[in-house]
Amino acid sequence: MAEKFDSVVVGGGPAGIAAAYTMAKVGLSVLVLEKGEKPGAKNMFGGVIFRHHTEKMAPEFWKTAPVERHVVEYQYWFLSKDSHVLVSHRNQKFNGRYNAFTVHRAKFDPWFSKLAEDAGALIINRTTVDDVIKEDGRVIGVKTERGDVLANVVVAADGVNSMLSKQAGMREELPEDAAVLAVKEVIAVPKQKIEERFNLGPDEGAAALLVGCGPGMHAGFMYTNRDTISLGMGVNIRDLDKSKQRPNDLFEQFKKHPSITPLVRDGELKEYSAHLIPEGGYDYVANVYTHGMLVAGDAAMLVNAINWEGTNLAMTSGIIAGETIIEAKKKGDFSSRTLSQYRQRLEESFVLRDLKKYREIPKFFSSNPHFFTLYPDAINELAYMWHVVDGELKQDRIKQMKAKLFKQRSRVGLMRDAYHMWRLFS
Amino acid sequence: MSTQRTLTIPDKLYRNRYKVDEESHLWIKDPKMCLKCPFDFACIRVCPTDVYKWEENKVTITYDACVECGACRIACYDVGWKNPKGGFGISYKYG
Repeated sequence: MAEKFDSVVVGGGPAGIAAAYTMAKVGLSVLVLEKGEKPGAKNMFGGVIFRHHTEKMAPEFWKTAPVERHVVEYQYWFLSKDSHVLVSHRNQKFNGRYNAFTVHRAKFDPWFSKLAEDAGALIINRTTVDDVIKEDGRVIGVKTERGDVLANVVVAADGVNSMLSKQAGMREELPEDAAVLAVKEVIAVPKQKIEERFNLGPDEGAAALLVGCGPGMHAGFMYTNRDTISLGMGVNIRDLDKSKQRPNDLFEQFKKHPSITPLVRDGELKEYSAHLIPEGGYDYVANVYTHGMLVAGDAAMLVNAINWEGTNLAMTSGIIAGETIIEAKKKGDFSSRTLSQYRQRLEESFVLRDLKKYREIPKFFSSNPHFFTLYPDAINELAYMWHVVDGELKQDRIKQMKAKLFKQRSRVGLMRDAYHMWRLFS
Repeated sequence: MSTQRTLTIPDKLYRNRYKVDEESHLWIKDPKMCLKCPFDFACIRVCPTDVYKWEENKVTITYDACVECGACRIACYDVGWKNPKGGFGISYKYG
C-alpha cells in the first residue's frame, strides 16, 4: 500500500518549496520530491530573487540566507560590433529598502528548502518522478523510481521541462518561438575587482541586460555575485536554429565583445550551464489545475520576460497553490472545480495580471526581431556620429545621421515601431 | 591565468559536477529519420554541450555531457528525453 500525503510536491525549486512551506505550516502532510542530489542542483537562472516575495515566507531573510549582493544598479547595454551604448539606473533607495538579491541557486535553494522542512514538510532528494497515477481521470499520486506515492493533490513544480504536466495532459511541449535557451558561465573574479569594475560598495550588486550581441530575439545578461560574475546569453530557439550558429560559439562571441571582456578579465571559469526559459507569456500559460493536481512556476510557464521576473512568480504561484489545497482540504473536495480557485487567484494576482498586460509582447518581439538587431546597431552608429569630431559642420552631420537612420529603417517603419511600442505598454 | 585562451566545450564541462548514470536519459526515437533529417541536424546545432554528433550515418549521444536544458527536445521531436534517475546527471555547484 503506497503512502498517502495531503500533497506531494514535485520539484524543490522556488515554486515547490513555497507551496510545501505554505501547506506544512498549517499542519498538512507534505512530501517534496527533488530529482537532484539536493534542491537547486538542477537549477540555473540569471538572476535574482526578490525581497518582496521572499519576505512573505522569511522576513529579513538576507541576514541568514546565502545571498550574494543586493542590486543597486540596473544596466541596459546596446551592443554593436565594437561599441556600446549604456543606459543605467542606480538608486540609493535600493540600499535602504532592498529590491532584489543575486544568488547562486545551488546555494540559495537548499537554504530555502529548509524553510519548508522546518515547517514540517518531508523533503526527499535524488528522486525522479516518472509519471502521474490516474484513477477515473483523476490524478491520485505519482510514480517514482522508489515506488508509488499517493496524494490528495499533486503540485507539479518540476520546472520548464515539466514532464509531469505534459504527462497529465495539462501542457503542450514548449514551442520553438516561446523557448529561450540561456547559456551561462559563472566566472570567479576577486571581490575587490568586481567592486572596482562595476563601481560597487561591499554588498552592492549590479544587474545588466545586453541586446545586440546575437541573432534574432536574444539578450545577454550579467549579474555580479560576491566573488563571481554570472555572464550569460539567452536566444530564442527558433532564431538560434535559423542562425545555424552554435550556442557556445554565440556565447563566446558575446564574451569577447570589447566592452564585456574587461569586466571578466583574468576571471576563472567555475561553471558552464544551460537552461530553458519559458517566455511565451500569457497565451502559453499551462492549464494549471485538474482534479488532484496543480502546476506552478516555470512548469506552468509563469515568467515575465519583460521585467526579468521569474522567481517571484514561481514563489507566489507556489503560495497560492498551497493555499488552494488548504481550502480544498477543509472542504474535503479536491475536484477540479474546487482547485479552479487556483487559476482564479492567479488571475487576480500580479502573476497573471502582469502576464496578461504584456500578452501581445512576446509574439510581437518574436515576429519583429529587428528590435534586437537593427536598433542596437543604429543607436551605436548615431552615438558615434554625434560624438566624433572631424571638422564636419553640425548641420551636415545631423543630415548624415538622419540619412543613416532612415537607411536602416524607413520613416514609416520607425513610426510603426514607435506606435507598436506605445500600444504594447499602454 | 592572464592569457585569455578560449575554452573549448570539454574544457568548460570539466568544471561542472556530474554524477554519470550507466544508462542514457536521451535517445533517438526513430534513427531512420536522421538519415534524411528534415531539420538539418538541429539536435547537434542547438545543444550547448555537444552531446550529439553525426558519426557513421547515425546520431550518437554523449549523454554524460548533458546539462538537461531540453533544447534538443524542442528543436526536434525525434529526440527522446527523460529526466535522469534521481541524483544522476548535472549537479550544479553554483547555478
